[in-house]
Amino acid sequence: MNYELSGQTVARDASFANEVIEATGVRVDRCYQCMTCTLGCPVADVMDYPPNQVMRLIDLGAKETLLRSRTIWMCVTCETCFARCPNQIDTAAVMDYLREEATAQGVEVPEARIQLLHRVFAENIKSFGKVHEATMLMAYKLKSKDFFSDMGIGLKLFLKGKIPLFPSKVKGMQEIKRIFEKTYDKTFGGRS
Amino acid sequence: MKFSYYPGCTVHSTAIEYAKSIDAVLDVLGIELKEIEDWNCCGAAAAHSIHRQLGLSLPARNIAQAQKQVALSSQLITSCPGCFNALKRADYALRNDGETRQEIENVVGFSYSGEVKIRSLLDILNNDVPQESLTAKVKKPLNKLKLVCYYGCALVRPQAVTELDNPENPMMMDTLMDLMGVDVRDWSYKTECCGADLALTHGDLVQKIVGRLIEHAKDAGAEAIVTSCGLCQANLDMRQTGPDPLPVFYFTELMGVAMDVPNRKAWWSKHIVDPGPLLSRLGYE
Repeated sequence: MNYELSGQTVARDASFANEVIEATGVRVDRCYQCMTCTLGCPVADVMDYPPNQVMRLIDLGAKETLLRSRTIWMCVTCETCFARCPNQIDTAAVMDYLREEATAQGVEVPEARIQLLHRVFAENIKSFGKVHEATMLMAYKLKSKDFFSDMGIGLKLFLKGKIPLFPSKVKGMQEIKRIFEKTYDKTFGGRS
Repeated sequence: MKFSYYPGCTVHSTAIEYAKSIDAVLDVLGIELKEIEDWNCCGAAAAHSIHRQLGLSLPARNIAQAQKQVALSSQLITSCPGCFNALKRADYALRNDGETRQEIENVVGFSYSGEVKIRSLLDILNNDVPQESLTAKVKKPLNKLKLVCYYGCALVRPQAVTELDNPENPMMMDTLMDLMGVDVRDWSYKTECCGADLALTHGDLVQKIVGRLIEHAKDAGAEAIVTSCGLCQANLDMRQTGPDPLPVFYFTELMGVAMDVPNRKAWWSKHIVDPGPLLSRLGYE
């Protein structure tokens, strides 16, 4: 079967749905397009493809379209979609998979700041074992070159003693290092 | 009562007033928490969002640490819904998925025993502490305080994993507030998302989401909002615009007021929307 996407005729490819089911255990093939997920999604209006369309694109095999979508980065895993799905499809878990694939493949993503924030956060844990807000936010600001947004809020929190200057580090840092080496570093190859 | 405790990173930073009010209230109730040794970050939203194995392994190391003190308590309590969700997800995978369990055991370097039960503080206060023990400690019933309870996402969803309350209409905080005498208002936004960490990259969007929540809280007649989540509290407290912002409390802070524990001023000074004027007007401070 052929379908139209962004003005182009593309052949349906069922292998992608199988890949998603294999990787996540989520039975995306149960979706019957009732749109309950999209109705409850708090960020559907800022997605390029709302959650029900993500299910349809998986069915069609449009992997590339999804890996380059804004949708997968706007999803905050609130799991409202899964809570309400009559077919128990954990759409949010599928979003996790698509984000991981996009990051591992080095796809240029339209919401680079969100991806960067996740990476900076994870790498902050790699450095200290815990999150140290000051260095994490500093790294995010430097890498995103977004120096000025929320400076007022940041300053208020700092003055209220809610952003400690010094990080507290886990003693078993070699264990944290081992976890990262066997997971994150292996997939992303230390690429930053 | 004695439990193992996983505090999570925000107890020393953005949720410091939550941590202090938990200590004060549990002290009154005679509940002892033993922090697990050398815990690490649960990975929060970031880890699972871009790496499934990392998102399971970071909380799994904390489960490993809790296993080491299982003789003290087999119940691991956490007060942060984000941490609770991450720990429960890891525990769910370790318990139910043999292949993933092998992967994660190998990454973390431990053997999962399944002895540790992960529980939220709200669950303990609802289901392990008798209601009479709670009401016996109330010195100032807060019956002039009108508020709505806000649970957010992570505590109640996905229900198969969190094994808590009703994911659409949870009642644990409502019940506790009711026992403190609070005039709890019903509303339909209890578990609507606050925008979570989009606050850092898309402040305008989160401001809009928070604005919607505040508007509906006010429609319900609320003069304050109460929550159990550090990220919900931060977003609601910091991102309100317009006149008459609502104070956003942690539920333990209000239990502390009702139980009249000392040194509460130090908690209020950590809020962006100062709860002082409301509490003074109602005669609670």
